[in-house]
Amino acid sequence: MIPLVAVEINFYLLLVLKILAITGVMLGGSLPIIFGELKISAHMQSRVGPYYAGGRWGWAQPMADGLKFFQKEDLVPAAADRQVYKLAPYLLMVSTLAVFVIIPFSPDLIAADLDLGIFFALAISSLSTLGVLMAGWSSGNKYSLIGGLRAAAQIIAYELPLVLAVIGVVIQAGTLSMVGIVEAQIDMGVPFLIGGQAVAFVIFFIASLAELNRTPFDLPIAESELVMGYLTEYSGFRFTTFFLAEYAGVVAISAIASTLFLGGYGFWGLDSALFGPFVLAAKVGILAFLMIWIRWTWPRMREDQLQTLAWKWLIPISLANIMVTAIFKVVF
Amino acid sequence: MQARGQGLFKGMWLTLKTLFQKPPTVMYPTEKETPVPRARGVIALDPEACTVCMLCARECPDWCIYIEGHKEEQPPSKEGGRVRTRATLDRFDIDYALCMYCGICVEVCPFDALFWSPEYEYSEMKISGMLHDKGRLTDWLETVPDPPALEA
Amino acid sequence: MSQTLDPRAAAHVSEVAVSVELQTPGMTINLGPQHPSTHGVLRLVAELDGERVVNVEPVIGYMHRGYEKLSEVRTYPQITALVNRIDWVSGFANEIPLMVAVERLMEIEVPARAQAIRLILTELARISNHLVFLSSYPLELGASTPLMHALREREHVLELIEGVTGGRFHPNFNRIGGVKPAAGGGSTQKKLAQDLPQGFLSETAAAMDRMLAICDDMDTLVTGNEIFQARTKGVAVVPPDLALAYGVSGPNLRASGVAFDLREHEDYLPYDKYEFDVVTGENGDCFDRYQVRLEEVRQAARIVSQAIADVPSGPLQAKVPRVIKVPKGETYVRAENPKGEMGYYIVSDGGRIPYRLKIRSASFSNLSILPWALKGLLVPDIIALLGSLDFVLGDVDR
Repeated sequence: MIPLVAVEINFYLLLVLKILAITGVMLGGSLPIIFGELKISAHMQSRVGPYYAGGRWGWAQPMADGLKFFQKEDLVPAAADRQVYKLAPYLLMVSTLAVFVIIPFSPDLIAADLDLGIFFALAISSLSTLGVLMAGWSSGNKYSLIGGLRAAAQIIAYELPLVLAVIGVVIQAGTLSMVGIVEAQIDMGVPFLIGGQAVAFVIFFIASLAELNRTPFDLPIAESELVMGYLTEYSGFRFTTFFLAEYAGVVAISAIASTLFLGGYGFWGLDSALFGPFVLAAKVGILAFLMIWIRWTWPRMREDQLQTLAWKWLIPISLANIMVTAIFKVVF
Repeated sequence: MQARGQGLFKGMWLTLKTLFQKPPTVMYPTEKETPVPRARGVIALDPEACTVCMLCARECPDWCIYIEGHKEEQPPSKEGGRVRTRATLDRFDIDYALCMYCGICVEVCPFDALFWSPEYEYSEMKISGMLHDKGRLTDWLETVPDPPALEA
Repeated sequence: MSQTLDPRAAAHVSEVAVSVELQTPGMTINLGPQHPSTHGVLRLVAELDGERVVNVEPVIGYMHRGYEKLSEVRTYPQITALVNRIDWVSGFANEIPLMVAVERLMEIEVPARAQAIRLILTELARISNHLVFLSSYPLELGASTPLMHALREREHVLELIEGVTGGRFHPNFNRIGGVKPAAGGGSTQKKLAQDLPQGFLSETAAAMDRMLAICDDMDTLVTGNEIFQARTKGVAVVPPDLALAYGVSGPNLRASGVAFDLREHEDYLPYDKYEFDVVTGENGDCFDRYQVRLEEVRQAARIVSQAIADVPSGPLQAKVPRVIKVPKGETYVRAENPKGEMGYYIVSDGGRIPYRLKIRSASFSNLSILPWALKGLLVPDIIALLGSLDFVLGDVDR
């Protein structure tokens, strides 16, 4: 992995280092996005937003919020299934964290360049459904239950277009490895977004909004209907974990989308090894801004409309996209 | 008829435009808005003008004004004249925790002893602190603004 | 648990076991009294089958403040201060029918200038009320940005109301026989006439332009949004005959296609001097209820613009006795409030306080259609319908 470390390092030490690095990347990516969401949403609504915490711009607001949540009592409802209830946020967090393992920040800077990279990411991120469902089911609250079930139905519906959209990219790149996909784009000269996979990108983006339960697909939370959906009963540290996992999810999905469609760490004329992480961060920032922008503009869809969109539009279109990509691949 | 999906992006354009506008927020407490002169903020009392007639206390819809007074004998104005009695105000309290800021007391006062002031910064940590006594009500008097000019 | 199974429950279990189709037990869910989108303390006991509403029972009364009883021990000027608070979103408009009722009983002719000021402020209250609706309704459907945009503009209307009356929400500006009197019995300068303050007319004209602009913004941000349309069009359709049968009034009735506006039919304020359209919807769905209110903001701005162009001069108050005693008799005056028909039925026994004051508030009647309208809807549609009826719990429970 890290070529800077020339000496042989103990395997376990390296493991710990990698875990720490990935946690750091997760936090370092999520906190700015949380802050960006607070501030951008405020200005989109003619508000000022965070102002005092930390001095200028209120930059320390996410940290202050986190600290506040840590001080709160960790409540477990009497009707809750205690073990499942307590486990749910960590499952969600772990599944999101594990996605970071396969994100390439530069040709060499990657925790594990798996041959099945993108497959691993899609598989492990599906686990988050389980966390949401567990949270909703075990809370012993009807709002949570409805929220959890909505989340399950939604993620089943949107996992398919998500995977199908990726297949187009995989066919075009000819590899499942994340580094391989980026290198294929660098070789081609343009990212896949321009080079043939625009439709797949749109589908991937819509589906990932649904995966992340963000507006217009935030039905599992739907605060005007279900109070807070599956999060209703959570407080304190566990709530923070959910909250952080949501934004870590935003970073992770944006990073995957940038890698698959926007050329990952590569940018014309910039040395990937040196500038790779910054290029990727900029691309993640653009996608995250898009998500924030959509969230603070659009209303929320209804469950049946959401299913209609997935099954009647996204899945057929993504299947057609695969077919067209495959034909092009064979012909040219 | 617009193309399907166009409305979604028109809305996004509007929020993007708003993103780069300056928010109209007034950063209280560092900045303050000036309330309009007629704003019903707090009631000021002119104890010299009050004759303890109790009209305000009686007309108050939720009876949040407490008045006590006594009669004082005044020396006759002329030598050999009649000894006059004059009502003196001992207690004039308004319980702002009860007050609903209707202004009926100000209106019914026949001797111009009560005035509206637009001051609003008198929140308290304890509800008992919302009971303003005679001295505190008198202090508000200097914040009473002149009435606004009128439309012709 | 299974050992101590109730025989009736046991029968139920076996029934489920033998039935061929999969039967899911219904779920009873309490929406409220503390719930983000019930506008206060409305409680809905909803029986759900999955996400579909099988039956719903609204429970009201959590906010009963006993206005009718309170009014029986208060003089008429004191009641004026109370009725502001029935529907606090449109405080000024609540005062008008009461004032007109008392004036009719006392046979007082209100001066033209006072009438015009009343009319302007009523329409401003209507704009303010509808802007609250326009802000909260998209929020209930998940879009939170229109909330801040509409409230930002409402601030300009509230400032206008405050400039004249001294209160943003509870103006308490109407007096029997006119608007707030010139002064009490005293004589100092600080209690001069409560006429319109200088600059009010020009500020109002500017604010009305802003109102038209925010209506256009709402069109861009909300009305034109396809997701919003999908959520509201064809949802919770209230047919006109049922709306009339349930006593639904105001914008909700007009959205169902019934062009009934008390501003045209009653003469409590000189609306006949101004031009405006009675906005009606076609389908009676949530979208029409939203659209009618949006259009009414434009119409109200139109009325205000006409009214400020020509405010008659003259006194602000008719001659009224110092102690207001209403002659024996009874009357009912209704008015077109922002939320619908609001009326006061006054029974006077000739004294300083009413013998009985019955308040007909718009939200209560509008809400009565809920059990009918909610049946068969999905959970998100409950919220869409609740929001579109635009009620205030203070107005329901009084």
